[in-house]
Amino acid sequence: MRRHVHIQAEDFDIAAEWQACRARCGGGAGALAAFAGLVRDRAPAEQGASAVHGLHLEHYPGMTEASIERIVDEAAERWRLLDVTVIHRVGELNPEEQIVLVLVASGHRADAFAACEFVMDYLKTDAVLWKKERRANGDAWLQATAGDQQRRAAW
Amino acid sequence: MLVTVRFFASLREALGCESMCLEIAAASVAGVHDALAGTLTQTQREALAAPGVRVAVNESLAQGDAAVKAGDVVAFLPPVTGG
Repeated sequence: MRRHVHIQAEDFDIAAEWQACRARCGGGAGALAAFAGLVRDRAPAEQGASAVHGLHLEHYPGMTEASIERIVDEAAERWRLLDVTVIHRVGELNPEEQIVLVLVASGHRADAFAACEFVMDYLKTDAVLWKKERRANGDAWLQATAGDQQRRAAW
Repeated sequence: MLVTVRFFASLREALGCESMCLEIAAASVAGVHDALAGTLTQTQREALAAPGVRVAVNESLAQGDAAVKAGDVVAFLPPVTGG
């Protein structure tokens, strides 16, 4: 399994990542699954649904990359994977911008679908990253949610 | 001994500090807590003791009794919210 983990301020091009993944895998890949996370323009309803005009993402250089590599390695122990790309952006983002990409190549779709969802769920709970929303009523660090923990625990 | 202490995200803001050199008496994560306690306000101590705050020594998660040696980097991490 090849692993590509990138933490970067700049945006990513899903089409380019997709084609690069195809090129690396050649004929062995029967399935590619991708997930992209975007910046919403509203805070969660339970936090008042305030308008959000930006997102600040902070990381711990070195530890963040290692935490994501561990998640990918765990996915590779559970499913047969050929190639996994995770790109997570940091810094200042605007609503509608892309935050995160998970792209998984496998021989078969079941492994690709499951691993993509697994990696994304674990990114929420185990990747060393912090989000602060720039809300109309002031900045707020996001709280870890029980729902995210439940999704992680279900794997 | 001297260690480097780092604070991230909400903890960095609560403590008004990103990184500091700290003299510790006991060579453990608990020793770092002890040395910090005297320098912090009540609110700052509560922020550090909040549920879900984790400690990393040299970029690996560590328990309170984990050993710390001179020059180590001890980081305080609030609950993560990536993805």
